[in-house]
Amino acid sequence: MPGEAGVVAHDVLEIAPIFRLQFEEAQAAWVLLYPEGMVKLSASAGEIMRRIDGVRSADALIRDLQSAFPGADLADDVLEFLEEAHGRGWIRTRR
Amino acid sequence: MDAAGSGPGAERPLRAGPLWLLAELTYRCPLHCAFCYNPLDYTAYGPELATDEWLRVLREARALGAVQLGLSGGEPLLRDDVAILVAEARRLGFYTNLITSGVGLDTKRIRAFADAGLDHIQLSFQDSTRELNDFLSSTRTFDLKLRVARLIKEHGYPMVLNVVLHRLNIDHVEQILQMAEALGAEYVELANTQYYGWGFLNRDRLLPTREQLARAEAATQRFRDRVGNRIRVFFVVPDYYEKRPKPCMNGWGSVFLTVAPDGTALPCHAARMLPGLAFPNVREVSLRAAWHDSEGFNRYRGDAWMRQPCRTCPEKTRDFGGCRCQAYLLSGDAANADPVCDLSPHHDVVVRAIANAQTASVGVSPIEFRDDRNSRRLRSSDPLLSQ
Repeated sequence: MPGEAGVVAHDVLEIAPIFRLQFEEAQAAWVLLYPEGMVKLSASAGEIMRRIDGVRSADALIRDLQSAFPGADLADDVLEFLEEAHGRGWIRTRR
Repeated sequence: MDAAGSGPGAERPLRAGPLWLLAELTYRCPLHCAFCYNPLDYTAYGPELATDEWLRVLREARALGAVQLGLSGGEPLLRDDVAILVAEARRLGFYTNLITSGVGLDTKRIRAFADAGLDHIQLSFQDSTRELNDFLSSTRTFDLKLRVARLIKEHGYPMVLNVVLHRLNIDHVEQILQMAEALGAEYVELANTQYYGWGFLNRDRLLPTREQLARAEAATQRFRDRVGNRIRVFFVVPDYYEKRPKPCMNGWGSVFLTVAPDGTALPCHAARMLPGLAFPNVREVSLRAAWHDSEGFNRYRGDAWMRQPCRTCPEKTRDFGGCRCQAYLLSGDAANADPVCDLSPHHDVVVRAIANAQTASVGVSPIEFRDDRNSRRLRSSDPLLSQ
């Protein structure tokens, strides 16, 4: 079954096709839209999700975030979020 | 309503706009389902909004912050401008859900919808058997729905099957779920009938027994245990069997906005039956004014309208006193607590309806199918409509 292996650093990530990610001015937040539903993302979750493009690996994504938000070690937090997003079916891996 | 200009509630609160727009494009429908929530007197309402008027509704709703769009009815595909509306909705940034019986969906149209940017198609079935599907909808549509399900899958849409449950089909939940799996569904909504409109009219023939409900929930759980998160199953219980009411619409005028076929703006799709409450029409006012300033949307906002036991109840922030339409249907006054709540002084009405469901047989009185002839007859004779 897909998903049970989790996310590792070299995995290329993409938004699962059933979801659509977009920025909502009215809520000043990134949201994930799906059939008859919506998840409003926190600011940090939005920053991670907006970088998932079906091309970059988790590693590259972390490097990008690290340069956008220097000064903190983000790797563990980002990987933890990616695990959760993967578990919820928001993202999938392309190995 | 309190007089404007006095008291702490006088200033307009900083209120968010709707997140959901349900566009009921038409009350016309090729199906005649006995559990339909459309109003009994749907034949009484004036001309449908024209394409340009719907386009304006979409733009105004999006400007208010709405992001989920449901295209529903009746059967929305009876209109020939759906692809035009979908294209504008996509351009505006809506996530667009087409809620359909499948009648009228063919390869050419589904391609046009995909090109226009439709996000999702929710297909209804009435049962897992041809016999009961066709009886409940009073049409021969089962084979057509199977073809449409394959079409949806072929075009790469997420497959969302919706089956309304009631006494006559709830024992088939296991077979319904097997059918959904075979059709490749990603989501299945097993939605027990909500008792409004035609569903309320037929309630004593439709409400399942407690034992039926328990068996259906157990079958659903076995299915979930087997398929894991590959198929998500939503099981909506009939709220008559709950001890507390549902947080209807997440609160009146809070996140949900319906526009009916004739342009009437409503806080929910059943609200137009409430007597003595005027709702604005988008032909006359902007959607912004309808949402923020109309009496229809403000009457049951917040909790100032509540009576006991809701007024001092700690759970009022969670369930908002339940459903205004159900309060009206079961107690005669929409400002009462929803009688589903066992703290309601009118809860005995629900207890009696359940007791009746345990003993009533389907043959006692005939099912009233939703069709134009019955609607016209009920308009002239039904006490529910003449109050």
